[in-house]
Amino acid sequence: MAQRRTGFRGTLLPLMLVAPQLVITVLFFIWPAAQALEQGFYIEDAFGFSREWVGLANYRELFDDPRYLASFWRTLIFGAAVTGLAMAIALILALAANRVLRLALAYRTLLIWPYAVAPALAGVIWYFLLNPSVGIYANWMAAAGVEWNHYADGNQALALVIAASVWKQISYNFLFFLAGLQSIPRSLIEAAAIDRAGPWTRFWTITLPLLSPTTFFLLVVNLVYAFFDTFATIHATTSGGPVDATTTLVYRVYSTGFVGQDYGASAAQSVVLMALVILMTTVQFRYVERRVVY
Amino acid sequence: MIERRPILDFLTHLLLIIGVAAVCFPIWMTLVASTHEGSRLARDPLPIWFGTNGFETYSAILVEGTNGTVPVWLMMANSLIMALGITAGKIVISLTAAYAVVFFRFPGRMLAFWMIFITLMLPVEVRILPTFDIAADMFKPVRSLWDVLSGDVALSAWLGYEIKVEIPKLSLLNSYQGLILPLIASATATFLFRQVFLTIPDELVEAAKMDGAGPWRFFRDILVPMSRTNIAALTIILFIYGWNQYLWPLLVTTDADYTTVVMGIQRMVNSGEAEPIWNEIMGTAVLAMLPPVIVVLAMQKLFVKGLTEQEK
Repeated sequence: MAQRRTGFRGTLLPLMLVAPQLVITVLFFIWPAAQALEQGFYIEDAFGFSREWVGLANYRELFDDPRYLASFWRTLIFGAAVTGLAMAIALILALAANRVLRLALAYRTLLIWPYAVAPALAGVIWYFLLNPSVGIYANWMAAAGVEWNHYADGNQALALVIAASVWKQISYNFLFFLAGLQSIPRSLIEAAAIDRAGPWTRFWTITLPLLSPTTFFLLVVNLVYAFFDTFATIHATTSGGPVDATTTLVYRVYSTGFVGQDYGASAAQSVVLMALVILMTTVQFRYVERRVVY
Repeated sequence: MIERRPILDFLTHLLLIIGVAAVCFPIWMTLVASTHEGSRLARDPLPIWFGTNGFETYSAILVEGTNGTVPVWLMMANSLIMALGITAGKIVISLTAAYAVVFFRFPGRMLAFWMIFITLMLPVEVRILPTFDIAADMFKPVRSLWDVLSGDVALSAWLGYEIKVEIPKLSLLNSYQGLILPLIASATATFLFRQVFLTIPDELVEAAKMDGAGPWRFFRDILVPMSRTNIAALTIILFIYGWNQYLWPLLVTTDADYTTVVMGIQRMVNSGEAEPIWNEIMGTAVLAMLPPVIVVLAMQKLFVKGLTEQEK
């Protein structure tokens, strides 16, 4: 790891300087993670008085449970939908904004502020807009002949949380895509234009390849967002229902542990999720290290 | 403009206007709904323009709350305390940690760096229950360690008589410390400051040392002032992060007096038997998003800087 040539001497002072961060890290991150790892191997009785070592039984049970597997697949579909839609819409808007140089800043101002809206609020607002009796979107759909009721229809409930999650994330992606587009040298685009490459060809042969670092970065960030941050969106609106239709992996950790009080199973689920985040973070950082070479 | 393509220009603007309208419309409807009476919202045709009940809605929720919740002003105050606490905490401990890692060579430096890095891989969502346990009983690790090392036996043998040490329980539940402390570890902020510190020229450090500046003086008079735009940009991002916290406040506060506004709105929506009072819920939503949105719009340049810098 990089370090400066010049610095200060001393051991006690730097230790005291890192201590606050380390104490909090150990207390609230590393210890709980270790606890989850340990608890995953035990079955605890409901009162927490005794527990029994069961080896990998919790994990085996987890992957034998059709409801868990269903939420696994559901999370993947949800993550792919949110990431795909939020990135595609943001890219289209960023490409457009990048064309109208003079007004780009004005459009940016109008498009970035949903970033500041909490995921829970985004959920509540879309919950309202799609409410079968008071929501204007539901009303329009009814006029178009589509019966909308996310209280009863699981697919519609999932579509609701996807819509809210996408809406909130567009501004973030837009900002990064626009910054990425603006850093592409204009001379490159101009040279291609002189060689009679139209906007369409230029997009596929120059813009998109040069945008790939941004795209990849956003892909990881969006997946992490879709898998973890959308807990609030779901909890504040559909509460995982109807009948599990919006229960993602993170929501299930919460409902198994906090509502169902099944600590062993919840811990095992936590460990599976940890493995998932570690995988994603590693991919992200390996790539960032490599990107410096570009 | 690379070449003149009037039709494409027109389509571009059309697309952007549709995009802006689609993105802004949900907020428009939120504002509209908060200015109508609850009964009007369910009647056809659904309103898309402002009503006249706005003042009543906002004064009612701010002073009394809705559906039996605590007043929204209290939720806003709680959110503000939490957001400012998290922001200040993250910045202070990240600045000092980055300073130590970059400017000192001390045993355990790499270990410290990796431990901070690991926090990136453990978002609160994946360690919900055990983190709650720790917040409910802060000295649990110390107690476990004491038991594992048979501290009582060792101490009794050393002292020569039987002794039993009771390590007390310290709970963070239902307190501002509980809302703030577990969230202030920050790998991203630490890495950002580390990057900034690494770009400071060696000559400057040498000069400061030559002029007799000690480590503390150097930190306070040179390093912190030199990082102030980074600190400002990060403050915006962290304020939004802190204000928008949901899961953690939901877990650590059972006492309604500590409800934050982003989390409290959920209690209004899922109010059990009672029908949700939509105009008041939407009014609360407007109030809840106001502070972070104002921060983003008022300090757009710093905000964009703060956001894009985290990528590095």
